[in-house]
Amino acid sequence: MNGVTLIRGARHWRTGERIEIAFAGGEILDHVPASPERVVDAAGTILAPGLVDLHVHLREPGQSAKETIETGARAAAAGGFTAVACMPNTRPPVDDVAGVEWVRRRARDAACRVHPIAAVTVGQQGEQLTEFLALRAAGAVALSDDGHPIMSAGLMRRALEYATHAGLPIVAHEEDLTLRGEGVMNEGFTATRLGHRGIPSAAESVMVRRDVELAELTRGRVHFAHLSCAASFAALRDARRRGLAVSGETCPHYWTLTDEAVGADDTNAKMNPPLRSDRDLEATIEAIVDGTVDCFATDHAPHTAEEKGQPFDAAPFGIVGLETALGLTLTALVRPGHLRPERAIELWTEAPRRLFSLPAVSLEPGSPADLVLIDPDLEWTVDASQFQSKGRNTPFDGWRLTGRAIATFCRGTQTFALEGTLAGARS
Amino acid sequence: MSLTLQSAHPAPSGAGIFFAPSTAIRGRHLLGLEGLSPATILEILDEAEGFRARWRAEGKAPSRELRGVEVGNAFFEDSTRTRVSFELAQKRLGATLVSFSAAGSSVSKGETLLDTCHTLAAMGLDLLVIRHRAPGAAAYVARHLDVGVINAGDGTREHPTQGLLDLLTLRDAWNGRFEGRRIAIVGDIAHSRVARSAIHGLTTLGTEVTLAGPATLMPEDAELLGVHVAPTVEDAMAGADAVMALRLQRERMETGLLPSTSEYARVWGIGEERVALLKPEAIVMHPGPMNRGIEIAPEVADGPRSRIFAQVENGVAVRAAVLVRVARAAREAREARA
Repeated sequence: MNGVTLIRGARHWRTGERIEIAFAGGEILDHVPASPERVVDAAGTILAPGLVDLHVHLREPGQSAKETIETGARAAAAGGFTAVACMPNTRPPVDDVAGVEWVRRRARDAACRVHPIAAVTVGQQGEQLTEFLALRAAGAVALSDDGHPIMSAGLMRRALEYATHAGLPIVAHEEDLTLRGEGVMNEGFTATRLGHRGIPSAAESVMVRRDVELAELTRGRVHFAHLSCAASFAALRDARRRGLAVSGETCPHYWTLTDEAVGADDTNAKMNPPLRSDRDLEATIEAIVDGTVDCFATDHAPHTAEEKGQPFDAAPFGIVGLETALGLTLTALVRPGHLRPERAIELWTEAPRRLFSLPAVSLEPGSPADLVLIDPDLEWTVDASQFQSKGRNTPFDGWRLTGRAIATFCRGTQTFALEGTLAGARS
Repeated sequence: MSLTLQSAHPAPSGAGIFFAPSTAIRGRHLLGLEGLSPATILEILDEAEGFRARWRAEGKAPSRELRGVEVGNAFFEDSTRTRVSFELAQKRLGATLVSFSAAGSSVSKGETLLDTCHTLAAMGLDLLVIRHRAPGAAAYVARHLDVGVINAGDGTREHPTQGLLDLLTLRDAWNGRFEGRRIAIVGDIAHSRVARSAIHGLTTLGTEVTLAGPATLMPEDAELLGVHVAPTVEDAMAGADAVMALRLQRERMETGLLPSTSEYARVWGIGEERVALLKPEAIVMHPGPMNRGIEIAPEVADGPRSRIFAQVENGVAVRAAVLVRVARAAREAREARA
């Protein structure tokens, strides 16, 4: 009995070589002990650092009917994630030290690491800055008013300037509310046909462009959340060329679906920013391939069946994403040849950790044992009724995907095991 | 049997059910004109014409086509004309009807659309005629409840009985021929369910449709509906066989979409000079209620080409035909289940 787990037979996610690693006490060991307590036969799988999702809504405090930190973390583990950064648009919003500490305490025994993102402004009202340095000291890894845009350019400027002291990125939810109006889906032919009010992609891109300029003015750091359209990626590419400290994420639904998925008012295809046009989907993939996109995120946004069961207009925006993210990455980006598998994994692991300065995780001795075993050839059907998340609001229910996480370890403890896989794996 | 749910992705727990976008009479309901076949549309017009002829010839003593059928008129949005039109049709055919309007209803106490309709259905109503501000509301209710649903206007999506009565009015004026005809639809297209239903019906029957109106009120990619978008109302109306003027709502000025009603009237209003651009036998239509002097000049509304009041008469007949169809389908569905 030595508390050692040995994983053998897997391939290194980057080099592709056979690799054997042992870990104990939450850390990867520099040797393989003689009789490990547990041996996991991981033949046929890829071993990688656990995935990181920089953009999830865990709904606590205050909205636990939709999700709790516990259920959200379990969903994350089931998706191969060992860490998430959670957004502060809760009730109350996480805009002070007490809020950050509350989330961290609540997440202590969770199935993945939970890094709180704190609000940029008090109550996310867009008026008064929060105490960035105190929030950072309490454990916030970024600042965001996500859920709401920071409409005032003047305030965004001050936020970017002040954030330089805290060394935290501002995660920008880009949406000009006056252009968005009362829109419920992408402005385009599908909305015209359905008679739904539209949200033009310009509502997002004008704000991306604005904040690119402000990033230049302030030399501040902006991370663009959930980019969804060609014009936004063009703006990000331009900012990159100008050497600005900006970054951007995109989400699996933007590389797999268009606004046509709304179909006959499917509220599981309603989110903000909305699904866009064919051209935007192509541009999303292009931006991923050419490196404009810095990392992936899910914008996991659970809602109750009751809420999503309302007429389309009334239903809240948002879909869950933790449990389908990796499958959609492997199926829609890697298999068709847009991305090499190691690049895809990098965009879910090293890239997000770097962007938010999270502790590095690798397969090297001394690294935290935050690991995922991925079976890239496993065919599976998405079944929302089996999700770990409380939220079932996904447009991917019934989709046949290839590639899935089959085991996840966080701090050396197994947090997820897919039934019927892996000899030696234990749930 | 009942509404076909062609779900490619079976939805869990009933939320967000996805089904193929046919809003037609899928056996049981009239949710919209999109997807209705030409044959079905023409049959309904024939049936409507039959009712109209009977009422003109024999007076309006109640008949029995809908005897024993209980209909709920669930109007979550105000409408006197449409509701009264439905009620008249129901009464003339011997139906039992109850009408419900939003003001003072349980909806204002926060009861959901679904719960309200569910309550009405639980009382045993066979059909629901629904008007609601949410696009897709009628389909939504049809998806969840076991009643026949007739869409009386769902937000900015469709108003199929209006579309049908417009088609009947045009059929009369056009001697039965839709193909090769040209019609101009003018005004606030973006917010008009009347325009959408008309577009679906007319394009299905082979009529060339041209839209005109302020760019701020023209929906994105409208051409993809199979219509032309003209740069000016004169272009749209030149040589057309009919013009349909849409109502301009006060709200459009209040929300920054238009500067004023007077500018609208000058640039897009259907006045005598513009009417003169139409073909000699062309007609003028308006779904009502009219803003006289804004989207339509009073002399045009009252003029010889106007068919505005014919539209209203046709509305009762069309609704009668639709009620009979949907009631029959509901009865057949019930019998099939028994």
